[in-house]
Amino acid sequence: MPKPRLGVFKFSSCDGCQLSILDAEEELLSLLDKVDLGDFLEASSASSGAPYDLALVEGSVSTQEEVDRIVKIRKDSKMLVALGACATAGGLQALRNWSKLDLFESAVYPEPKVARGLEKALPLTDFVAVDFELRGCPVSKAQLLQFFATVLRGTKPRFPTSAVCFECKRGGTACLVVADGTPCLGPVTASGCGAICPSHGRGCYGCFGPSDDVNLDSLASWLEAHSVDRSTVTLLLKGANSRSTEYRGWLENNG
Amino acid sequence: MARRVVVDTGPLARVEGEGSLTIETRGAEAPDVKLNIFEPPRFFEGLLRGRRAEEVPDMVSRICGICPVAYQVSSLNALEGLFGVEVDEQVKRLRRILYYGEWIESHALHVYMLAAPDFLRVADVLAVAEKHPKMVREVLALKRLGNDLMSTIGGREIHPVSLKIGGIYKAPPKHTLSALVPELARLRGSVEKMVRFVSSLDKPTLERESTMVSLHHPDRYAIDCGEIISNRGLRIQPSAYEENFEEHQVEYSNALHSRTKDGGSYMVGPLARYNLNFDQLNPVAKELAKDLGVTPPLTDPFQSIVVRTLEVVHSLEETAAEIEEYSEPRRCSAAYKVKPGVCFGVSEAPRGILYHSYVVNGRGQVERAKIVPPTSQNQARMEDDVRLLVPTIVKAESNEARRLSEMAVRNYDPCISCATHFLRLDIRNLSPGSPRN
Repeated sequence: MPKPRLGVFKFSSCDGCQLSILDAEEELLSLLDKVDLGDFLEASSASSGAPYDLALVEGSVSTQEEVDRIVKIRKDSKMLVALGACATAGGLQALRNWSKLDLFESAVYPEPKVARGLEKALPLTDFVAVDFELRGCPVSKAQLLQFFATVLRGTKPRFPTSAVCFECKRGGTACLVVADGTPCLGPVTASGCGAICPSHGRGCYGCFGPSDDVNLDSLASWLEAHSVDRSTVTLLLKGANSRSTEYRGWLENNG
Repeated sequence: MARRVVVDTGPLARVEGEGSLTIETRGAEAPDVKLNIFEPPRFFEGLLRGRRAEEVPDMVSRICGICPVAYQVSSLNALEGLFGVEVDEQVKRLRRILYYGEWIESHALHVYMLAAPDFLRVADVLAVAEKHPKMVREVLALKRLGNDLMSTIGGREIHPVSLKIGGIYKAPPKHTLSALVPELARLRGSVEKMVRFVSSLDKPTLERESTMVSLHHPDRYAIDCGEIISNRGLRIQPSAYEENFEEHQVEYSNALHSRTKDGGSYMVGPLARYNLNFDQLNPVAKELAKDLGVTPPLTDPFQSIVVRTLEVVHSLEETAAEIEEYSEPRRCSAAYKVKPGVCFGVSEAPRGILYHSYVVNGRGQVERAKIVPPTSQNQARMEDDVRLLVPTIVKAESNEARRLSEMAVRNYDPCISCATHFLRLDIRNLSPGSPRN
């Protein structure tokens, strides 16, 4: 059986999610040995090009060129995977969606010129169908490897989308909100990171995006009862996953 | 005379982010060399406006997945300076170990996985592994150690979560760092082979005069902070950065070019640090450098790859010493009061000086942010280097011309994701149909 052809592509992003692939040091060589590297520009100057059995896309779509590129990659790929928060929910750069682009331009340009970018930075699903999402800013390396292990065997992995709170409970981390009123998005954030932040004594800031059945009104009032004001909740939700349906919906009504 | 496109790389492989290089010649006229950066800007300086100071380190780390610690530390240097926070000495030590971890990881990635394939005339690290399997396994172990140092202190290697204004959320118990010492010791023993391998690679040469700029710290080979110095006698505090260097736009790139105030290009990064701070390099790395005959003055950018490996040796030795000296801080984090004002912070990212400046208002919100990453400082320099190589490039057959010009760019390990977090949306030269190498 021929090896499945892999494409790894970068859109508007920080490189961190595709770096997670190269960070799988122990597994990297055997992983790359199990695929035909069709395209992975950061890692290789060799390219056998389209079509791809498996395409991993990092980054959000923020220019017309990127729109054209993602449409083409979709056409060329059997399975398209959104890799990380920028691809699944816009990433931090999607915060510009709450302002006028020209405000940012005048803020950072020496000589503002006509902008050719899109007004917004958007997740892949705004343009194409996505077959699977790996959440996180950055993605979890463990999930990434599990993903490869299952997909290369012809099945799809399932990752829990229950809240970070469950990871805290399982890991024996005391609740920071209850203990000292630390603002925390744990109750509305999907698990996957291993509750790193609470285990370091800080509140979750939502890298993995919305969990199942989020109730943001309830979270906001519960945090308010612990002396966390709404503007803090708003800022926390205006992170890497602000363009997710759930966070965005609440922010539009309350932000 | 007709213009002749000598090299057009299309999207460059084995760099972080999206860019391409074109060289055009026209008779005896100066060749036209352009590093086109079409990575879309993400407007971080704009996004930071109105955010609370304490959110800044986590936000700026998202500018770059390869050097998030550099972004966090430069921003902390700025904001802690403004708020007058005294960070515990053991916390500073943890931040340095975290930073050494980033240097080790980033340099190992660049030297062996992104750059070495050029020197060996192959496409990627897989092909390198076919020829040198043992060495590549050792390199991956080295990269793993860098990542382990980062995740032990930072919670994870990409976008660590532990640093905060005033200190660190949680200090690791000594035994978790001590657990890394056996592997650290093993790699301190085996790294010399990896350095010698890189040193023995057949390299092009480019001898040239350069303005080199780096940080300098009285107590150590500068990494986490320092004043800014150059080989032209510059010695300034970070607050004077913008009086001495300026950025300007070029039409074909989404990243700004930095120049000295008199208009010259300059170099930041490993080669600059090495030339300016060689005396402070760890003795183990220094002895090895002497043995290899690569002591300063070292002006050839093709030697950068060797210097990176020597900086890895340095980082391993310094990390071992820092872990030895580490004891859990009495106070993880110092209390502070937000103050309004303007502040400046610098540190030595793996690729060179990373400058941050913020204006904070009375409510503790960012009113203005300015960030100058190493790659935008090196951009003009990269083009200058390629320009100097044009006489050789035009004589070479096309694959070799392309290899040589790409190597001249990769000497600087450009991080295009970093360099384009700001600028305008002029996207050029992105031809989806163009061949990808």
